[in-house]
Formats: sequence, C-alpha cells, structure tokens
Amino acid sequence: MRVRVPLAITFITSLVIIVGFFIPHKPIGNIQQTMLVWFSIIAGFALLLGSYSLLRLHFRKIYGRKQGWGYSVILILTFITIFSLAVYSGIKYGTAFRLGSPFMFSYTYVIIPLQSTMFALLSFFIASAAYRAFRARNLEAAILLLAGTLVMIGRVPIGNMIWQKFPVIANWILDWPSMAARRGILLGITLGVIGTSLRIMLGIERSYLR
Amino acid sequence: MFVIFLTFILISPPSPVTNLKAFDTPNDAGESITITWIRSADDGAGQNNVLRYEIFRSEKLDEGYQNIGSVPAGKTEYVDNSVKDGIEYYYYINTVNEENEGVKSEIVGPVISRPQWFNRRRLNVLVAVVVLAFVFLLYINLAKKGISTFIRRIPGLEAIDEAVGRSTEMGKPILYISGLFGLQEVPVLASLSILRRVAKKTAEYGARIMMPNADPLVLTAAQEVVKEAYLEAGRPDLYKESDIFFLTGDQFGFAAGCDGIMVREKPGAVFLLGTFAAEALILAETGYSIGAIQIAGTTSTLQLPFFVATCDYTLIGEELLAAAAYLSKEHVMLGSLKGEDFGKLILIAIIVVGAILATLGITWITKIL
Repeated sequence: MRVRVPLAITFITSLVIIVGFFIPHKPIGNIQQTMLVWFSIIAGFALLLGSYSLLRLHFRKIYGRKQGWGYSVILILTFITIFSLAVYSGIKYGTAFRLGSPFMFSYTYVIIPLQSTMFALLSFFIASAAYRAFRARNLEAAILLLAGTLVMIGRVPIGNMIWQKFPVIANWILDWPSMAARRGILLGITLGVIGTSLRIMLGIERSYLR
Repeated sequence: MFVIFLTFILISPPSPVTNLKAFDTPNDAGESITITWIRSADDGAGQNNVLRYEIFRSEKLDEGYQNIGSVPAGKTEYVDNSVKDGIEYYYYINTVNEENEGVKSEIVGPVISRPQWFNRRRLNVLVAVVVLAFVFLLYINLAKKGISTFIRRIPGLEAIDEAVGRSTEMGKPILYISGLFGLQEVPVLASLSILRRVAKKTAEYGARIMMPNADPLVLTAAQEVVKEAYLEAGRPDLYKESDIFFLTGDQFGFAAGCDGIMVREKPGAVFLLGTFAAEALILAETGYSIGAIQIAGTTSTLQLPFFVATCDYTLIGEELLAAAAYLSKEHVMLGSLKGEDFGKLILIAIIVVGAILATLGITWITKIL
C-alpha cells in the first residue's frame, strides 16, 4: 500500500494534467491551474519544514559549541530580525512588500547588495574557467579557443572598430553552429523529459519513493 | 471657401473599419468572443488621424450597445472575455480620431460563445505524444520479453563509484547539490534517482554525504531518498538527517552557502546534478579550487559549457535524465531508453525530410509542425 497508493496518485494526476492539456472545456481545462494553486499551498507549508530544518541545524551547532557556532548565532538573530520586520511591515502597511516599509528597506539595502556581490564574483569565475578551457591542448580545445575568441571580440565595441566583420563572424558562430548544437541537445532533453515522465507516470521509475 | 473646405478635410471623421468579423474564440474553455477587422483607411495612411478603436456590444441588434473596451490605432483584433456562453451578442467598432469624433462600422452578429472539447491547435502534439508513447511502450515490452538492449557507456555515471570511493579514501565527505529548483522540474527528479545511488555507495563505504537544499519539498524528498538508500545498504545507523538540510531559497545566498560548505568541509567529491542557473559556475569553480572530483549534469544548455570547463565529468542534457535507467541496469528501464532513441530517430528523419522539402519550396510539413 505504501508504494501502490503514491503510484496510483502519480498516474491519475499525470493523466488528468495530460488530458487537460488537450481539452479546454471546464472543468478539465483548468485542472492544471487548480493543481498549481494546490502546489503553491503545499510549497508554502513546506517552507515551514525548511525553516525548521535550518533553525534546528544551527541551534544544535550552538548547543554543541561546534566550530563556527558564532555564525549560527548571527544567522538565527538575522532570521528573527528579518521575520519580525516582515510581520511588523505587514501589520503596519498591509503588506510587507510596500516600498518604504522596514522589511523592504532591509531587502533593498542589505539583501540586494549581498546578492549583487555574489553575482559580481561570477565575472572572475568566468575568467578563471575560460583560462583553463581555452588552453589549446588538442584540436577540439584549439577550435574552442578560436571560436570563443572570435565571439568575444565580435561582441565588444572594439571588435567592430578593429574589423567590421568581427560582429558578423560572431553572430554567424552563434546563429548557426552553436544554435545547431544547442537544438540537438534540446531535442534530446525534450525526448528525455517525455521518457522520464512516462517512466514516472507508469511507475517504472520510482526511485523517488521509499 | 477654400479655408472651409480645408477645415472640413482636416477635421473630417476617419473612415470606418471594414470586414468586421466576430466569432467564438476557437480552442478555448468558452466565455470568449474574438472580433477582427481591417484597419480604417485613415489608420497609418490617408488622414492618418485614427486614435483608437472602441468596441461596442449588445445582446439586441437594434439597441443597448455599450462600450466594452478599446484598442489603440494599428490593432486589428479584440478578444472579449466578458461574455457568457450560449447568449447571442452583436458588435460594432467605433473608429475615433484625435478630435474624439467617431464613426461606426457595420454591425455583426449574432455570435455565441461556446467551450470546445478539443484544442485542435494541439493535434500535432497529441500525434507526437501518441507515437512516442507507442514506441516507448513497444521497447519496454520487447525488453520484458528478454531482448537485450545496447546502451552506450556514460562516463559521468560510471565515475560515481570512483568519486565516492576516492572521497572515502581521503576521509572527506561527499557534497551533493541538486540546484535551486523544485520537484516540478524533471531534472531534479532525475537527480534524486542518482542521489539514491550515491547515498547507497556512501553508506556502503561508511562515508558521509551532505546535501544543502534550496527547496523545502526537495529537502523532504531527498531526506527520504537518502534514508532509504542507507537502509538498503544495511547501514541505517550512519544516516544523519541533519546532513540533508535546508539552506536558503535565494539564488546567490544558496551559492554563497554552498561555497562556504565547500571551503570549510573540503569534500572529496562534489555532485552538481539538477537544474542550475547563474550559480552553476560559482559552485563548480569553488569545487575545482578545493581539488574535489566533480560530476555535474544539467539540462540547461546555457550552463553546460561552464560545467564542461570546470568539472571532471559532465552529464549533458538527456544523459542526466537517463541516469536512473542506466544505473538500475533493469531491462525495462533500459528498454525505455531505447524507445527514446527511436523517437530521436523519428525526429531526425522528420527534420531531414522537412529541410529537403522546404529547400524545394514545399512548406506544408513546417506548417504542420
């Protein structure tokens, strides 16, 4: 029963959604939307589980005086502070997301700069990864180096200033060989998604179950 | 006299729209009527003074018309979503110029909105799904009858045991990351299948697996998968629920948290399998910097080059989705992979035939697709 019931639910739910894709008539046509609402509700409750998991982990760290427990204290204090600001803003302004509310202030001046900082690191990571990937160790790597260099030069203003054909070459590489390869991969992925969905729907693949 | 004539020309009302049509919106759930027309001769040409088109509707031919909406000049369609099914409606369009003068079109109707039982625009999708499902089930049946299937070697999946083994020998934990996205993503489900294999090997070797999560539902599923894998391996005592934990749902917060874990815990093997976005390279480069053996896989074509550049093994697109079948070595699962391959063959044939026909000027196949 522990396996059969979830498998039956999976099969029926998948079938209803597939049928709803082809039949717009109510109530079949809007079942997918209804289920998306259900999913949002479940996900909302699941967020409590996530918060519980996070807080329990860090309370244990503090309790056990494990290495770096001080950071756990900061995390819990930050969690409580932001949560309190959200509740206060919600009560005072009707929504926590109103511009000028304490919650949005913390979001705009703390969270967004932190996110931007992490995102900015990406440029350095791209440089170091490109350095390794572009070393011409063999023919394929040499072709990659050449194509990458041409695309990079063609994408910056100085490339156009050096030779007006650089942007044309860069666009050709992106529009034809690169696009052909991407579409080939995408076709495989689409078939893979259909195959995996059918395997899950028919209960052939059930590794996500206990 | 000339001035009066000129003034008349300049402020005269625009020409009305022509060829007005109103019909039940096709392939929908009802409660919708589509109105189309040919633009006024003074819209973009002639006097060039059309400002907007106002749509009027009534349930009677001769009276009771009300303005139900308007669209700016240049538009030739309006979808009326405020109708009720089974009721007759009449429409006309009022073409309005900059002086707010309007000219009515002819009246069209009656039109009745009805829901449809089949979306004919999706007939091609239905045919494709039926054909693919048929091929898929055919190969599963062949596999059930014991007909062996050849599946090419996937190095990234073969390397899983090696990565876990090496990490265990080094006395380091294993870090498994399935990305930011939820269970609605098929690659995440595929990732959970691989997680089961990785966790089982980890339990057999007596090593430790850590898995930070960005989605609470994935967290719950992952905890169950790892717990089950430890049970299967006969080492439930080694399972630690706190090692499969929630980090944050924020993209770069998650990336920062995972990077911190990598730098502090120095895992011997890092698995990046699932759906990833801009955080992919941040994670993979940090994994590279600590010298971990890295196995990555995603269906995001934008992130694949980053993984290829930074990881030891990369599962490209469908290889990730095939992982569960490949690792299970079960005939039925492998048969389903063969079905996918046959489906690919059909698609390639359609593309080649379509390209040849289109080159010859025959385009019906591209219209069908």
